[in-house]
Amino acid sequence: MSSALLSVTNLSKSYDGAGGPVPVLRGIDFDLAAGRTLALTGESGSGKSTLLHVVGGLDTPDAGSVLIDGTDIAALDDSGRARLRRETVAVVFQQFNLIPSLDVARNIAFQARLAGRHDPDWAARLATRLGLDDHLAKYPEQLSGGQQQRVAIGRTLAARPRLVLADEPTGNLDEETGVAVLDLMLDLVAETGAALMCVTHSPALAARMERRLHLKGGRIA
Amino acid sequence: MTRAALRALLSHWMRAPFQLVTLMAGLAIATALWSGVQAINAEARKSYDRAATGIGASADSVLTAEGGVPHAVWIALRRAGWPVTPILEGQVDTAAGPLRLVGVDPFTLPAGELPAMAEDGTGDGAAPALAFITPPGQLLVAPATAATLAGADLPPMVEAPGMPPGTAYADIGIAQSLLGRDDVGRLLVLGPPPLGAAPIADIAPGLSQARPEAQADLGRLTDSFHLNLTAFGLLSFAVGLFIVRGAIGLAFEQRRQMFRTLRALGLSRARLLALLTAELMILSLAAGTLGVALGWLMASLLIPDVAATLRGLYGADVAGGLTLAPSWWLSGLAIAVLGTGVAAAASLWRTATMPLLAPAQPRAWARASEGALRLQGAAALACLAVAGIAWGAFDGLVAGFVLLGGLLIAAALALPVLLHVVLAGLARTAIGPRSEWFWADTRQQLPGLSLALMALLLALATNIGVGTMVSSFRLTFTGWLDQRLAAELYVRADSDAQAARIRSFVAPRTDAILPIRSVEADLAGIGGEIVGVADHPTYFDRWPLVAAGPDVWRRVGAGAAVLVNEQFARRTGTWPGGTVDLAGWQAPVAGVYSDYGNPRPQVMIGLDRFAAMFPEAPDSQFGLRLDPGGVAALRRAILDRFDLPADRVTDQASVKQLSLSVFDRTFTVTSALNVLTLAVSGLAILTSLLTIATMRRPQLAPVWALGLTRRRLARLEVLRALLLALLTFVAAIPVGLALAWILLAVINVEAFGWRLPMHLFPTDWLRLLALSALAAALAAAIPARRLARTPPADLLKVFAHER
Repeated sequence: MSSALLSVTNLSKSYDGAGGPVPVLRGIDFDLAAGRTLALTGESGSGKSTLLHVVGGLDTPDAGSVLIDGTDIAALDDSGRARLRRETVAVVFQQFNLIPSLDVARNIAFQARLAGRHDPDWAARLATRLGLDDHLAKYPEQLSGGQQQRVAIGRTLAARPRLVLADEPTGNLDEETGVAVLDLMLDLVAETGAALMCVTHSPALAARMERRLHLKGGRIA
Repeated sequence: MTRAALRALLSHWMRAPFQLVTLMAGLAIATALWSGVQAINAEARKSYDRAATGIGASADSVLTAEGGVPHAVWIALRRAGWPVTPILEGQVDTAAGPLRLVGVDPFTLPAGELPAMAEDGTGDGAAPALAFITPPGQLLVAPATAATLAGADLPPMVEAPGMPPGTAYADIGIAQSLLGRDDVGRLLVLGPPPLGAAPIADIAPGLSQARPEAQADLGRLTDSFHLNLTAFGLLSFAVGLFIVRGAIGLAFEQRRQMFRTLRALGLSRARLLALLTAELMILSLAAGTLGVALGWLMASLLIPDVAATLRGLYGADVAGGLTLAPSWWLSGLAIAVLGTGVAAAASLWRTATMPLLAPAQPRAWARASEGALRLQGAAALACLAVAGIAWGAFDGLVAGFVLLGGLLIAAALALPVLLHVVLAGLARTAIGPRSEWFWADTRQQLPGLSLALMALLLALATNIGVGTMVSSFRLTFTGWLDQRLAAELYVRADSDAQAARIRSFVAPRTDAILPIRSVEADLAGIGGEIVGVADHPTYFDRWPLVAAGPDVWRRVGAGAAVLVNEQFARRTGTWPGGTVDLAGWQAPVAGVYSDYGNPRPQVMIGLDRFAAMFPEAPDSQFGLRLDPGGVAALRRAILDRFDLPADRVTDQASVKQLSLSVFDRTFTVTSALNVLTLAVSGLAILTSLLTIATMRRPQLAPVWALGLTRRRLARLEVLRALLLALLTFVAAIPVGLALAWILLAVINVEAFGWRLPMHLFPTDWLRLLALSALAAALAAAIPARRLARTPPADLLKVFAHER
């Protein structure tokens, strides 16, 4: 457990509902070593995305701990969690990933620059690998859904995060494009040595990961 | 079908109540500002009319005699059939201060000259009450005066709301007894005599006959002030319409899909448009009613300041408050409906031309492409060109207003283009990803905020422009008072002989006696006045000249040249170097002087030359220069010694002080309107920011997810609003100054024939900058605070459909 990049212990989370708190996560325990991949599957409402958001420092747990490289993010304040998102963890969302006011080149470089790790050569190589060389001056609204997701992946990996979180990264794409985007993401994650945790509904996508966790009713089934 | 469609359309407002509030508030405030200003103007003009038609103003002429017209002369003239009525004026000292007492004869005074009493039918044309004319009599006084004089040893007081303050009207017999006089003061000749009546000179040889004094000069000055108010009201209304335009545009945009669906389900284009028009009509009538009520409230709050002005300048009492005419209500509602129509025209047109089978995806609201910006820039240039053509090719007030309107519209249209260019330049200076994102994001927000920023520009430019004009006006007015009220005391005697005796009496106690002589004359075909001016430093040290040739005052004093007023110069094109025909003398024009408030042409010539040319001109008025400390004593001495009515010896220093204080109080109305207009533009920014705040999440959530805290993002939102307000303010300075110049140099000249000099007041700009920054910060603070407190879960909804 001590060698794990990510260690989640007894994690609980609930949201306010009309009739009182609605538990979403109930005592989750798992860990993930550096350089490994993990699929989170489950039905809608099982708590997959909430778990990903808490691990990514986007939301806070009610109880339990989330250690990333030994730091308990549950103990971090808003600024601490923001620093974590800038420097350690990166998230690829299903949609609305990009900053609409910046062009593709600036979107790719943005997080790396925030983290103070911008490497123009690496960003350029990523753009080439992702097939975005002809689109660097375009704005997100001028790209297709697949192209936008590739830009989001490029932005995530350009910052060389220790942990990549992906929330249905191909959920909005057609099958062919989805497979291509996933292949690229897996290759590049492996190249950077990052760990990947991917939330998905797709058994095919889950099958591509080294480990799979299935959530049901907020618990690991 | 219609009912179902209407229900569907209205359901939007149920789901977007804030949008509805924005629309209603914008329209109500716009209507309130417009109708409030109209109410103030109408009330003020009504008071001017009342002041102009006070006792004696409608008389054909006034008969005076040294020591007052004897009672017997009045009786003799009445018996001869002359329609004359007496006015006996004097001052009664009471414990509460002096009371101006005016004795009148209610039987011979024309109907309507006496203000209506609050309690009975005396005055206003009704038969006088017995108590008014029989001892101890009654005093007609304003309610405020009655309160001040309560307990004084005077006849019973009857309140009459139309009375000027500090004045009491009484029956002439009662007045004679209170003042200890047996004459009837002066006689007003109310009309022509019956056929065969003997001439006045035969019945009463010792009387002087003169025209009643005109009171229009300051009224003309205030015309300019009211023009200001009207322009202010119109601009405020336009600023308010920006809010309405924004709200309607958004509501239509968000319902595009609904419109298409309704059309697809069988609702005709015409019926859809009719329903939308009806919906807007209902909303505008509701908001208009609210706005007119708010306008009445605003006018009620501001009218005391205007009333103070009127009281000081005219002695007219408007403290009774506002009278609401049905036409005022209707015009307020009409302007609300009209304004809504203007604001909704583009949206209605887009709906009317919307193709049924086009993609139903709503376009980004108010997103301006580069092409749209270019188009907007071209429209701004076109407006500027129209303004330039109107100014260059046409004369007249309408051309002036086209110039003014063209400039303001052009400036408003050009603002987003200008900001786009400036922000692009600033983006090039960005260091680091945050500032790079900040500039890029600010540019992206520009289309959504441009309407509000245009409103802010108009508000700021109006503030600067009207503020500059009003402050310049004040400086000018001060100068005008200085030139016109140069002497410490002004005396108007009953006759030349009495004037000579008064001059002998005061000579040892004064530094200088400045005769004031004038005659009516035909000047270039227009009725005007020739004035004789003494060769004295009082004039040539103070009299400001608009244009002057060499050695002006020496030539005028020597009778070799004349001065003309600006109105005459502009009307006839006669400037220094030209000549003017004065009873056959081709008088060289040596200079042109400003003569604000005087609608008539005037020529000033040296006093000696005047006496030679017009030996018959009356010589009964003069000014006295003396140490200001001796003014009150000398005034009292003249009044006592020569038994003159109080208004014949005027202490002009106190009049000047009063006039200036009244003027300053008048400016508080302008200041209030300044603040209100700015508040409206602040509201426009707030509503725009709140409107786009909901659309901001997809733009801000990724930046938050990448490591910027919500608090930091909120601070950047406020900073952005401040920056845009600052840039808009910088743009507003030249526009405001251009507006001031147009008001001073074009509109005033066209409307009144004189030009006000323009002065700059940078300190006022700094105050305005602080106010606009405050307005922008306050407007941005609400959505920013909301953003800072947005739960992460809400931001995360941007990225995924499920939890």
